[in-house]
Amino acid sequence: MSSLLKVENLYVSIDDKMILKGVDLEVRQGEIHALMGPNGSGKSTLAYALMGHPKYEIVDGEISIDGVSLNELEPDSRARMGLFLAFQYPVTVPGVKVADFLRHAVTNVRNPNRKEGEGLIPMREFRAELKSRMEELGIEAEFARRYLNDGFSGGEKKRMEILQLAMLRPKFAILDETDSGLDSDAVRFVSEAISRLAGPDMAIIIITHHERLLEFNRPQLTHVMLAGRVVERGEAALAHELHDQGYAGVRLRHPDAAAEEQEAAAALAGKQPVLAK
Amino acid sequence: MATDLKTATEDDIGVGEYQYGFHDSTDKYVFTARKGLDRDIVAQISEMKDEPAWMREFRLSSLETFWKKPLPLWGGELRNLDFQDIHYYVKASLGQERNWDDVPDEIRKTYDRLGIPEAERKYLAGVKAQYESEVVYGSLHEDLAKQGVIFTDTDSAMRDHPDLFREYFGTVIPPADNKFAALNSAVWSGGSFIYVPKGVKIEFPLQAYFRINSENMGQFERTLIIVDEGASVHYVEGCTAPTYSSESLHSAVVEIIVKRGARCRYTTIQNWSSNVYNLVTKRAMAYGDSLMEWVDGNLGSRLTMKYPAIYLMEPGARGETLSIAFAGKGQHQDAGAKMVHCAPNTYSRIISKSISKSGGRASYRGLVKVANGATGCKSNVVCDALLLDSDSRSDTYPYMEIDEDNVVIEHEASVSKISDEQLFYLMSRGMTEAEASSMIVTGFIEPLVKELPMEYAVEMNRLIELQMEGSIG
Ligand SMILES: Nc1ncnc2c1ncn2[C@@H]1O[C@H](COP(=O)(O)OP(=O)(O)OP(=O)(O)O)[C@@H](O)[C@H]1O
Ligand SMILES: [Mg+2]
Repeated sequence: MSSLLKVENLYVSIDDKMILKGVDLEVRQGEIHALMGPNGSGKSTLAYALMGHPKYEIVDGEISIDGVSLNELEPDSRARMGLFLAFQYPVTVPGVKVADFLRHAVTNVRNPNRKEGEGLIPMREFRAELKSRMEELGIEAEFARRYLNDGFSGGEKKRMEILQLAMLRPKFAILDETDSGLDSDAVRFVSEAISRLAGPDMAIIIITHHERLLEFNRPQLTHVMLAGRVVERGEAALAHELHDQGYAGVRLRHPDAAAEEQEAAAALAGKQPVLAK
Repeated sequence: MATDLKTATEDDIGVGEYQYGFHDSTDKYVFTARKGLDRDIVAQISEMKDEPAWMREFRLSSLETFWKKPLPLWGGELRNLDFQDIHYYVKASLGQERNWDDVPDEIRKTYDRLGIPEAERKYLAGVKAQYESEVVYGSLHEDLAKQGVIFTDTDSAMRDHPDLFREYFGTVIPPADNKFAALNSAVWSGGSFIYVPKGVKIEFPLQAYFRINSENMGQFERTLIIVDEGASVHYVEGCTAPTYSSESLHSAVVEIIVKRGARCRYTTIQNWSSNVYNLVTKRAMAYGDSLMEWVDGNLGSRLTMKYPAIYLMEPGARGETLSIAFAGKGQHQDAGAKMVHCAPNTYSRIISKSISKSGGRASYRGLVKVANGATGCKSNVVCDALLLDSDSRSDTYPYMEIDEDNVVIEHEASVSKISDEQLFYLMSRGMTEAEASSMIVTGFIEPLVKELPMEYAVEMNRLIELQMEGSIG
């Protein structure tokens, strides 16, 4: 049976500031969803909260996979349960080679009951697998020996996220603006790669401001966030409308959320130092 | 009697994962000097070793120097060190063996557990195993011996190669250099003596392994390495001791002469138990176009004070020190390097990486000195510290004495904390918090570890992982 990721009435705060205010979401293994919304509406916050970033406090509500609550689980346990986040801003880890890192990660995720210090998956198998995944993604072989994201260009970092996705084969993958910072050839290439990875065993939640990624990976459902809530859901056509016309229509249809968005922006502006003339 | 593991755990003073904390019975020891330091003890050591008169005099006058020298006021806390509560000379077996089977069982078992015979079979060109005050086992590949390479313990060298020995002994580090050099000069025993003849390049490392076994023991090995013109050698030393609740003292003196066009790399992987004071003086003289490298891995000990020095004596000499320090609970690593540019166009590089966790303290203390007239010198110093928690501490004391204008001196220092974003990123890929921290630390020292031969790189990473285990919280 396919798994179900469920987010119910989720409230999340960062440093005591409430960012998500009652998010509901249901994603089944094998589906493709788009998550859209203007800057600052809470898309990345939702992604981080799902993955379990320690700074993102769940104030209310629940995240679960097949009825098992993730709320109290560390990020590594969530990864072992099949959750994956391709970061909007991937982190650099100097001195840690891509291949060593991935071998460790793959071992842990594929053997969820592995105890610390137990053996890693066999080197030869791993190398062969890594090599073919890298070829498919057009990543030069030398990247396996480079330090994780260290000195990588923006586009290279995004490809590295997709390589990790391809190696870890999660049940639920969240792609946070994987298309940003890529040139148009690269967007196409990455889009195609993702569509090859997608299938009945993987759900993909695509966070994006562009349409390209969605052309190759047509979402069954598009969710639109505004001021920390999902305010609209629709089919692929909704994504298309937003792309063409922007969020004015959404704001009109949801004046309360739009007002909150305004307030938050004003509060933030108030905190900015006043520039001397 | 078998190795007594139980006592090690009982006596454990909180280092948890230190895995070399076991010790053997001392019942069958050949000789143990009474505790304390005075002229009689020094004379007795000299007598037992049947030394020439000049060495006896050297020891006794060094003892006078030791009494006169004050304890250093900088560095670590030394006031708890009681010089009268230490055995200065302990002889566990009758002599040095060439075959592991002839080494007394208990001692051999210890080295088995430390993996030395196995490493010897696999990739070493020669081994010395020092247990307490004396070397108990020694080997050297036959073809190296045929080429005139000498690798022996320092006592034997004095007896068997008296002229060579006397020409160099005490010339790089005179007894009056510092209080602990004076102490070592008075009571030294064991250590390695290496002579590599002109043009002989030794491909595989020579390794010495220093083991302290009994309580309140002082180990004072004395190492002297002479690399003749155009020759090269890589010498590696490892050190461990049992965990006791009272202090042991390790105070070595290492003197190295690297002649023209020669190369010497000296690698230390020190992993003392946390009751050991490790106060070591290491210095090399590097002549024209030679290369001297110190690779210094300092784990364990209560307090380490160690600043390997390189005197760049003639143009074209290069010196490099790579140092890794890991300070855990109750530990203070005060380590660094000294580079003294005595001649023009000499080059030095210092890379130091320190890690402090659970209240440990790591200090970098370094000196770059350029003498007047040493034009065209270059020196580059980089020291990076990583703090694993807010109880831990890191300090940097870089000293520069530059008496020449026409030089290039660079210094960079950084202190970082293990970042939440890195931890989260790695954990989101299935790494536990401990694995993620360990990976970040391993990555932090990787630029240095990759300089080591494979076997030692693996060993270093393994030791770091052991130090990291269970350290999160
Ligand atoms: N660490 C933080 N501390 C305080 N506020 C934060 C923090 N991270 C995010 N926020 C705030 O939370 C809100 C939602 O941010 P989030 O990054 O989730 O938006 P987003 O929808 O991903 O936007 P974008 O499209 O620009 O990536 C914003 O107002 C942002 O300023
Ligand atoms: Mg975002």
